[in-house]
Amino acid sequence: MSQALPNQLPPVPLDEAQQQRLRKLYTEIRCLVCQNQSLADSAADLAVDLRHEVQSQIAKGSSDEQIKRWLVQRYGDFVLYKPQMQASTAILWAGPFVSLAIGGLIWRTVQRRRSIAPSQTSPGREDQMQRARQLLLADDDEKGR
Amino acid sequence: MTSELGHLALALAMLCGICLAIFPSLGVWRRDARLMSMASPAAYWQLLLVLLAFICLVESFISHDFSNQLVANHSNRDLPFWYRVAASWGSHEGSMLLWILMLAAWTAALAALSGNLPQAMRARVLAVLGAVSIGFYLFALITSNPFDRVVPAPINGRDLNPLLQDPGMVFHPPLLYMGYVGFAVAFAFAIAGLIEGRFDSAWARWVRPWTNVAWAFLSLGICLGSFWAYYELGWGGWWFWDPVENASFMPWLTGTALIHSLAVTEKRGNFRSWTVLLAIMSFSLSLLGTFLVRSGVLTSVHAFATDPTRGVFILIFLCVVIGGSLSLYAARAHKVHASQAYSAMSRESMLLANNIVMVVAMLAVLLGTLYPLILDSLDMGKISVGPPYFDAVFLPLMLPALFLMAVGPLARWRDAPVLPLVQRMRWAFAASLVIGLLLPLTADSSYKPMTALGLVMALWVAGGVGLATLENMKSPSGGIDVSRLALQPGSWWGMQLAHLGVAAFVLGVTLVNSFEIEIEKKLSPGDVLTIDDRLSLRYAETSSRQGPNYEAIQVRFELLRDNQVIGELRPEKRRYKASSMVMTEAGIRRSLLGDLYISLGEAVDGGWVTRVQKKPAVNWIWMGVLMMGLGGFWAAADARYRKKRVPSSNTTAMDVSSRSGEVSG
Amino acid sequence: MNRWIRAGLPLALFLVIAWFLLKGLDRNPREIPSPLINKPAPSEVLEVLDVLDVQSQALRVKDLKGQVWLLNVWGSWCSGCQVEHPLLNRLAAERLLPIVGLAWKDAPAQSRDWLSRLGNPYATVLMDLQGKAAIEWGVYGAPETFLIDKDNNVRFKHVGPLTADIIDKQLRPMIEQLKR
Repeated sequence: MSQALPNQLPPVPLDEAQQQRLRKLYTEIRCLVCQNQSLADSAADLAVDLRHEVQSQIAKGSSDEQIKRWLVQRYGDFVLYKPQMQASTAILWAGPFVSLAIGGLIWRTVQRRRSIAPSQTSPGREDQMQRARQLLLADDDEKGR
Repeated sequence: MTSELGHLALALAMLCGICLAIFPSLGVWRRDARLMSMASPAAYWQLLLVLLAFICLVESFISHDFSNQLVANHSNRDLPFWYRVAASWGSHEGSMLLWILMLAAWTAALAALSGNLPQAMRARVLAVLGAVSIGFYLFALITSNPFDRVVPAPINGRDLNPLLQDPGMVFHPPLLYMGYVGFAVAFAFAIAGLIEGRFDSAWARWVRPWTNVAWAFLSLGICLGSFWAYYELGWGGWWFWDPVENASFMPWLTGTALIHSLAVTEKRGNFRSWTVLLAIMSFSLSLLGTFLVRSGVLTSVHAFATDPTRGVFILIFLCVVIGGSLSLYAARAHKVHASQAYSAMSRESMLLANNIVMVVAMLAVLLGTLYPLILDSLDMGKISVGPPYFDAVFLPLMLPALFLMAVGPLARWRDAPVLPLVQRMRWAFAASLVIGLLLPLTADSSYKPMTALGLVMALWVAGGVGLATLENMKSPSGGIDVSRLALQPGSWWGMQLAHLGVAAFVLGVTLVNSFEIEIEKKLSPGDVLTIDDRLSLRYAETSSRQGPNYEAIQVRFELLRDNQVIGELRPEKRRYKASSMVMTEAGIRRSLLGDLYISLGEAVDGGWVTRVQKKPAVNWIWMGVLMMGLGGFWAAADARYRKKRVPSSNTTAMDVSSRSGEVSG
Repeated sequence: MNRWIRAGLPLALFLVIAWFLLKGLDRNPREIPSPLINKPAPSEVLEVLDVLDVQSQALRVKDLKGQVWLLNVWGSWCSGCQVEHPLLNRLAAERLLPIVGLAWKDAPAQSRDWLSRLGNPYATVLMDLQGKAAIEWGVYGAPETFLIDKDNNVRFKHVGPLTADIIDKQLRPMIEQLKR
């Protein structure tokens, strides 16, 4: 079986700032023929072609947004590793931070429930047990365990 | 013959598993000590038989028995010896057998070392482990038999995937599975406790070393996986948030919460329902990971050949195990509640915050991993969720945990007033802030706030460790006495080492991400590439060489500092004979201060498109995780777990107090 | 009540996840839907490509305006293309609609040789040596087949070798409908 033609186009000359933009863009674009690799890490033919395409577009003056939109028009949202902020990804982007906020609320609620109010405790067996525990554990505490 | 023998052994082992699940449970129900004592022999026989089956498989690989389907698909006459051994677990079926072996080993170890445990509890725990293993046996024997034959037997096999022909493959799966499966022990203890309806601190003291060891193995397994991907895949990355990587990371996150929560449960009797839930979650996530990797629902570089039939089986298994255990939790959690009070600022409250942060982090990783699947199932299109998302989301979530890591060990149990804490930590705080913010200014690249943040957090955590060490060296008279540190138990040392490992890890990640240099250029023999003001690289020569089962083209680069040759690197392109796969082998020059990493891209008339990366402090990433793992082992080796207990009275002052705590609600 | 919610939440969450996993089992995560469906086909990029000289009377891309036609992306290096080729030959013999071949990153000599051995169902074969045209069509793996209607909109895309099933159950009805 023959091989596909390798990409013969010379790399597009770019300055330092453009190279940095290029490398960052590569990490955000998916290699569609690979099993989960970005353009930065893939050796596949299509990846080589797409890298060249992105280089040409940067050289022509397109912005990152324009390049990504160009790719999405042809390959769909699948080609971007950073999901775009849209209605369908609202839960994706907001989820973790909302969860953290809820976690904070849970923390505060549990704190309230568990809080000791020294003035409210009445001396009794429970308190004596606690005192005994304290004495036993003071040893631990001293050692900073 | 070997395969048939292995097959038989596996089936018999399943019988042992069934006995292990049924008889001790019957014994507990009927209070029959004889039935309960059947647990140990069942566990030992199970291990023996599984080991036999495993040895049969390995032997088939070593002796080139190509009539065995796995050997035919994953081995080759030219495959070197150790890779033939490793190929035993290089396939889906073989790795399932490894899972089963690990589970049998952990079960047998628990049977051997649990003499001090109350008999009923012991019987229940072992029975749960037996029950879990039945699912795996059924899965292996019905859908993924490692001993299937292929007729007629081919003359030569299709070879092990060249990516796997590496020492990493020999160690990474076993270490990883030791971790995944090890969480089954905590899981079994949780289930046993839920059934019994009690969780005293003896229970927690029992589970802690097992869980620490499992967590340590998982840490090492992930570390090795990352290290291996770094040098093997040829692009210089060490973590890609790939679904399979996430599948190992999620149980690690809840496992981390678990080992901390267990500390509270053991010492204070609190967080019982958290601990139980975390134990169930960690093992459940291990199982979920198994599903994700083998069912084909997600695309991954690591995924085994996919088969939806297997997916259905595992999903049913997941529903039974996870659904069952979570239902049990839902029904019995209220019996587990403890109610020791603690103030808003105390070690307990900080560890509670830690639990919450770890679980939220796990949920975030889970959400990102499953989101493409979720949208696709709802017919809302196909998207990709990759490193840019995870990096953006995960880091902010980890900041609270990193902050607490320095403060927590210094805070007292039950009540840790803020002011004294701030006083003790003010110098560490100031130092880490000032150094972290100012240090990046000394570098000659532009100032990045993220660099400063990373440095501050790394220094803060390290400062916390230093402060804790210093405080424990203070003698009562007020002077410094280093020998006082010897009084600290293994769990203290393990904690400090692990936290220090986290600091090292954060430092490594920060420095690599902030200061790495990457140059991609076409180079031909004789070319010199300038890396920075002192280092340069000269393309010395191209040569070809023969490996045991591959041909390679090697480029020798000379590394020059101030125009003096200080070393050489030899990246290669290898073509493996059996599969015709082409692999890129990076040339790496390692040091504590960083790596120089060279990989060859496409061949372009006479030369190669070469990618050169300078990665400062990258080895701190893996050294940090290594320290975490060692810390876990050290903590598990704490002498107090190995103290002989008087068998007749298993209760201690702790148990009495916590039980009365339960009574008074 | 609160207690039951808290205790039951993990189970509820798991059941939701399990449901999605079940649905996911009959999805293919590697299959990418084309964003070009029901959108204008990028036919202009085809017009600038050189034509493979395997036939004297090759159809011109401009002449496809107002017709229903098929675009088949292939290469002599692609094994899947070999598998589907007999079906294309048969389809072409029916003279149902013009089939345009896009030789994707294929050396002309290899393309010519392949077609002479396996048959030429194409009204014209365009050579995309650099792969730029394929990218415009969102091609990521040969073979791929597009169905374009009279208004130059893409109406159907299939990735992978065509099967008799796909041709009979999906393509034919659509072609018939579009031709009316």
